[in-house]
Amino acid sequence: MRLSKLFIVVSICLIGSGWAMTPAIAAGEKEAYKVGAVFSVTGRASFLGDPEKKTVEMVAEEINKAGGINGHPLEVIVYDDEGDATKCNLAVKKLITKDKVCAVMGPSVSGNSIAVIPVVEENEVPLVSCAASYKIVTNEETGKPFKWVFKTPQSDSLAVDSIYTHMKKKGISKIAILSDTTGYGASGREELVRMAKDFGLEIVADETYGPKDTDMMAQLTKIKGKAPQAVVNWSIGPTQVTILRNFKDLAMTGIIFYQSHGFGSRENIKLAAGAAEGVFCPLGACNIAELLPDTHPQKAVAMQYMNSYAAKYKEPLSSFGGHGWDALYLVVDALKAVGCDKAAIRDHIEKRKGFVGQHGVFNFSPDDHNGLGNDAFSMVVVKDGDWALAD
Amino acid sequence: MEQISLSGQLLQYLITGITIGSLYAMVAIGFNIIYDVTEIINFAQGEFVALGGLTMASLNVTLGIPLVFAFCGTVVFVTLIGLLMDRLAIRPIRQPSVVTLIIATIAVSFILRGAAMYFWGKDPYDLPPFSGRTPINILGGVIQPQYLWVIAFLVIVVVLLSFFFDRTIAGKAMRACADNTDAASLVGINVNRMVLMSFALSAAIGAVAGIIITPISLMEYDRGAMLAVKGFSAVILGGLGSFPGAILGGLILGLIESFGAGLISSGYKDAFALLVLLGVLFFKPSGILGNVEISKIKRF
Repeated sequence: MRLSKLFIVVSICLIGSGWAMTPAIAAGEKEAYKVGAVFSVTGRASFLGDPEKKTVEMVAEEINKAGGINGHPLEVIVYDDEGDATKCNLAVKKLITKDKVCAVMGPSVSGNSIAVIPVVEENEVPLVSCAASYKIVTNEETGKPFKWVFKTPQSDSLAVDSIYTHMKKKGISKIAILSDTTGYGASGREELVRMAKDFGLEIVADETYGPKDTDMMAQLTKIKGKAPQAVVNWSIGPTQVTILRNFKDLAMTGIIFYQSHGFGSRENIKLAAGAAEGVFCPLGACNIAELLPDTHPQKAVAMQYMNSYAAKYKEPLSSFGGHGWDALYLVVDALKAVGCDKAAIRDHIEKRKGFVGQHGVFNFSPDDHNGLGNDAFSMVVVKDGDWALAD
Repeated sequence: MEQISLSGQLLQYLITGITIGSLYAMVAIGFNIIYDVTEIINFAQGEFVALGGLTMASLNVTLGIPLVFAFCGTVVFVTLIGLLMDRLAIRPIRQPSVVTLIIATIAVSFILRGAAMYFWGKDPYDLPPFSGRTPINILGGVIQPQYLWVIAFLVIVVVLLSFFFDRTIAGKAMRACADNTDAASLVGINVNRMVLMSFALSAAIGAVAGIIITPISLMEYDRGAMLAVKGFSAVILGGLGSFPGAILGGLILGLIESFGAGLISSGYKDAFALLVLLGVLFFKPSGILGNVEISKIKRF
């Protein structure tokens, strides 16, 4: 009786854990390479985790169809942290100790990524984060990157650099900044304020709003009173659409509107119902694949990703899925070269130069675990309801 | 770009504040109707608003049903959800204490939010405004016609509810339940039916709020929680259980947020609202229009 109960419990556990995994595809006799991923698939950051999960599952399927990695099938184990740092921490530990993965991808948000750094450092497992903060790859005590941690998204400073450079070209000197109160908005705001001096820009207004606010008229009215030449908005979710509509209603003509790279989805242009015309925004290659000239180094990979994502999921891709693509291919690239040896994978990624990804050409070094430069963003303008390369 | 004068700015803050305040007031009225009859705080009130906006988006935009019919259809649908909520989640609880009932409403809010995510996904939905997107300029301020609709619907809801509570038997019976449930059942009022009706009314008002705000702010499945918090603050500010208090509380909250963000600091606008709330509660614990005598009889 007791034995049969135990049997039931054990089999439930086995079924349960198997269910959480992406079904492994049987291929050859060679042992599967296991790669772990922790994304915020549901919860407040689901707009990040959802496309990331879809992307890595699609890529893993493609790789296995093509015969795997040197004959080894690829098995990607995805856990959902629901945006919660505690759950994220547990999931990463589970991947390392129970699933025994070769490397971990994610987490999707900066706070969670920073929270799991001690775990991967202690267990000596390479982590390729899909979150943006520079703090993920910079140990603030030493100023050097953490040994085992890499990240694929561009740091906010690159996006700010791209926006401010464009402003200087347009002869702008007086700006207003707007940001939401999420981690994304707050860290963007920090960089905007910090770098304004370097570009000789004067910030005349610095306004914020909540991520679920219904209306930003008050903030924009205040900005209108200060009459800046340009406005930069740093937020994600529906507020970045609402704010464009408010901006248009207030007839703030003559002020140039810049959005952060979080605006990178055509759905936002559609939702803005005409209010997005003329808005500038820095975007990675995967958002604008078809606009890139054929000579662009990322043209081929970006077109391939865009087409297969649209074919599989019947929805336009967002820039966030591209971070997952970059993370997985970076790990696969290392697995191909050195196999499932954690220390060798780490060393391989750190030395990797000229890796062509969705969000730039990565050149890693012991001092730079992000590996992206100023060319990772192209300035784009909304024209006739679609992106167009800005001059 | 034309410059904007200080008076123009102030007018703009006023308009924005009243519009947002009207929305909060509608959520607050929904809270109060259920509270009055059942003494519970319905934490799923915000979900009614989100469901209203999302259902309307499906009916009007996806299925192309004309505005008026889609509007009625949405209100009926969300009202049905409210009725089901009472029948399936509130009524079946044995020996209900106020706390168990409130916990049940929290559960319902999770279920509704999860169901909304399942049916509509995580992306925001838009609705065309009722009468175009051409802004109206008044004395240096700018108003979207939809803002006027929001304010107009608050007035309509208030007038209809006042008529209902003052002039109809059912409304008077509900007010009797609000004053004293036991006494009401002694004079032959079916309290269970009144509870059912209060959920239906609250859901309907929530749906209306969702429909009219979606063209301004878009709507997604998890918007309800924030609106519930704001609406609840408005209820407490105006006085728990007071119908005029809910309207006053909502409008004051909206105006504080708007003027606070515009004149002082947008980063602290929620803090201003909380400060005023704390201040009011410090001097008048029952809220601006709340009645201490009544709140003493209530269990919660």
